Amino acid sequence: MTTALKSAPKNPPAQISADTLPASGAWATDARADAAGRLADMGLPTRRDEYWKWTKPDSLISAQPDPAEAFDYGSEAPIFDPIDRVKIVFVDGVFDADASDPLDGEGLEIERLADAAARDIHWAKDLYGVLEARGQTPVVRPLAAYNTAMATDGVVIRVTGQVNRPVSIIYRHEDDTSDAVLHHVIRVEEGAKLTLLENGAAAARFSDVTEVDVADGGEFHHIRAQGRCHDRQAITHMFARLAAASVFKSFTMTVNGKLTRNECVLELLGDEGVAHVAGAALGDGADDEFHHDDTVFVTHDAVACESRQVFKKVLKNGAKGVFQGKILVKADAQKTDGYQKSQSLLLDEDASFQAKPELEIYADDVICSHGSTSGAIDEDALFYLRSRGVPPHIATDLLVLAFLADAIEEIEDDVIADEVTARLDGWLARHRG
Amino acid sequence: MLEIKNLHVELEEEEKKILKGVDLSVPAGAVHAIMGPNGSGKSTLAYVLSGRDGYDVTEGAAMLEGKDLLDMEPEERAAVGLFLAFQYPVEIPGVGNMTFLRTAVNAQRKARGQDEMSAADFLKFVRAKAKELDINADMLKRPVNVGFSGGEKKRNEILQMAMLEPKMCVLDETDSGLDVDAMKLVSDGVNALRDAGRSFLVITHYQRLLDHIKPDVVHIMADGRIVKSGGPELALEVETNGYADILAEMEVEA
Ligand SMILES: Nc1ncnc2c1ncn2[C@@H]1O[C@H](COP(=O)(O)OP(=O)(O)O)[C@@H](O)[C@H]1O
Ligand SMILES: [Mg+2]
Repeated sequence: MTTALKSAPKNPPAQISADTLPASGAWATDARADAAGRLADMGLPTRRDEYWKWTKPDSLISAQPDPAEAFDYGSEAPIFDPIDRVKIVFVDGVFDADASDPLDGEGLEIERLADAAARDIHWAKDLYGVLEARGQTPVVRPLAAYNTAMATDGVVIRVTGQVNRPVSIIYRHEDDTSDAVLHHVIRVEEGAKLTLLENGAAAARFSDVTEVDVADGGEFHHIRAQGRCHDRQAITHMFARLAAASVFKSFTMTVNGKLTRNECVLELLGDEGVAHVAGAALGDGADDEFHHDDTVFVTHDAVACESRQVFKKVLKNGAKGVFQGKILVKADAQKTDGYQKSQSLLLDEDASFQAKPELEIYADDVICSHGSTSGAIDEDALFYLRSRGVPPHIATDLLVLAFLADAIEEIEDDVIADEVTARLDGWLARHRG
Repeated sequence: MLEIKNLHVELEEEEKKILKGVDLSVPAGAVHAIMGPNGSGKSTLAYVLSGRDGYDVTEGAAMLEGKDLLDMEPEERAAVGLFLAFQYPVEIPGVGNMTFLRTAVNAQRKARGQDEMSAADFLKFVRAKAKELDINADMLKRPVNVGFSGGEKKRNEILQMAMLEPKMCVLDETDSGLDVDAMKLVSDGVNALRDAGRSFLVITHYQRLLDHIKPDVVHIMADGRIVKSGGPELALEVETNGYADILAEMEVEA
C-alpha cells in the first residue's frame, strides 16, 4: 500500500485521489473511484462512532501499521494441511505464483484480481465494490470502502458446478511491517457449490474484503483460521448476497491477534435462503494484547429464510471480546427464522466481553431470538470431572471445547471440523494456567 | 479401607456446622450402609470425602488405606481408588459421554503409571460394561447426563464406577429415582463389583436398595453424627418404624 491514511476524524481522507488508486482497466478504475468517493463522504471511523465504541480504530487507520513479528511455525504443519485443495498463496499481500497451484479446476474459474482488473470487461465488474456499497447502509463501513478503492490484489472466483476440492487461500506474513489490502470476489452460479478455506496471518496489518454472490440453489461454505501471529492487526469484511434457496455458511476460528475485527454483512434476497455465520475466538492477554470483535449484520428481505449467528469467545488475562450483531427483518420477509447467539467464557476476572445484540423486525410472522451471555467455567462440572480422576487442566480444556461445540458444529465438513478442533485444543494446551 | 475419625465439617460460606464428629470404619471387602433423615449430613460426608469445595474440615481425619484423603485434590483421591456416585449427577452439555468416560479412564491409568487404553480396547470395554447396565449406544453418544432420565443418570454413575474399578465406592442415594427394573440393574452392577479388595458405603433413605445390596453393617446418621450402628436388621427397623423411634431412643433431634 502506497497511500497512507492519517487518522483524521470525520475528515475525508484527502490522501486518496485518482492518481493514488492502483492502476486498473476501465471497470475497476470506475469502481475504485466510486469507492474513494464513498469513503470521502463517510470519513474514517473514529472512536466517537457508535459502531466503534468498543474497538479502537486507531491502529487500523494509522499511516503505518504497528510492527508485528512474523510467527515462526517451526515444524508445525499449518492448519488444513491434510486436506486436498487448490492452494492460492499470498505473502505479505503479494500473490506468490510459485507457491500456488495452477489457477484452474473443474467447474471453477480463478483469476488474480490484478489480472481481472486489468481487463476492459469482466464478470467481476458486477460485484466488485457493488456488494460492499450495498452493505454501507444503514451503517457505514468506511474501511471496506477504503479496501475497494485501494486493494492491490485478491482472487476472483466463479463457480459453475460442483467443485471437488476446496479453494484454499493461504496467507503468509514474513515482513514485520507489511500492510496488505486484498479484495476477493466470488460468484457461485445456480446450483453450484464452493468451499473456501483461508488461513494464516496475511501481514502485520491486513485489510480484507470478500464479496460473495450466491445464485439460486448455490452453496458457499467458508472456513477461516486466523491464527498464531500475535501482534497482527486485521480488519476483514465479508459481504454476501443470497438468492433463492441458496446456502451460505461461514465459520472463523481466531486465536491470538492484537486486534481483529471481522465484519460480516449478509443479505437474504431470495426465498428460503440459509445464512449461517459462526466464530470461535480464543484469546490470552498474558504476553500479548488480544482484542477480538465480531460485527455482524443480517438482513432478511425474502420469505422463509433462515439465519444463524453463533459466536463463542474464550478469554483470559485481560483479553477483550466484542460482539455487535443485528438481525433486520424487512416487512415482506415473512416466515423468517433468525437466531443469534453470542457467548463468552471468561476464564478469569481480567477478561472482558461487550455485546450488543439487536433485532429490528418489521414483519409479523417471524421467529427471531437472540441471546448473549458471559460466564465462567461451571464449577460443578469441573468437580464432577475431577472426582473421576481428570486433572483440572484437562477438565478445563474439555469444558472449554464443550463451550465452543455449537460454533464448531456450524462447520459441515467433519474433516475440516476436526482440523479446527485439533488447533483449538493445541492452543488450549499451550495456554494453560 | 476407609477410616473416618471424629470428622467435623462446617460450610465455608456461612458458619454452619454440618458434620459434628463422624466416626466410621469400613474394612476391605465390606459393604456399609448409611441411613438417616433428610438433612442429616449424608451427602455432605460423601462430598467432603471426595474433595468438593465449599466445606471446612475443622477437626478429624479421613484415610483411605492409610492415605490422608483430606490432603489430596479430588483427582488424586480418585486415583487412589475413591469413587462417589453422585446423588445428583452433573450434566455437562457439549461433552460426549464416551469422551468423558475415556478421558476419566485414561487419566486414572496415567496417574497409576499405566498406558492409555487404545481406542479399540476402550470401545470394547465400554460396550461390554454398558450392556450389563442396559445402557444403549445413544446414551453413550449423548452429552454427559444431558436429557437423561433420573434412572439413566444413576445407571450412568454405576457405569463410570464399573469402568474406573475403584477400591472404595460411595453411593449417594443411587436408588432414588429408580423403578424396580432399574433398581435390579443397578444392584446387579454393584454386586458384580463386590470383591474382597473393594468396599462400599451405600447411602440410602430406604431399606429397598439394601434388599438387593446386602450390607454387612448399617449406620444411622442424624444431625451430623452416626448415632447407631448395627446389622442389616437395623435397616428393617427403620423401614417399619421410621427414624423417630431410633432418634428418640438416642435422644437426638433430627
Ligand atoms: N452448600 C450448602 N449450603 C447450605 N447448606 C448446606 C450446603 N450443603 C449442605 N447444607 C445443609 O447441610 C445439611 C446436611 O445436608 P446434606 O448433607 O445434603 O444432607 P442429606 O444428604 O443427609 O440429606 C442440610 O441442612 C443442608 O441444608
Ligand atoms: Mg443427600
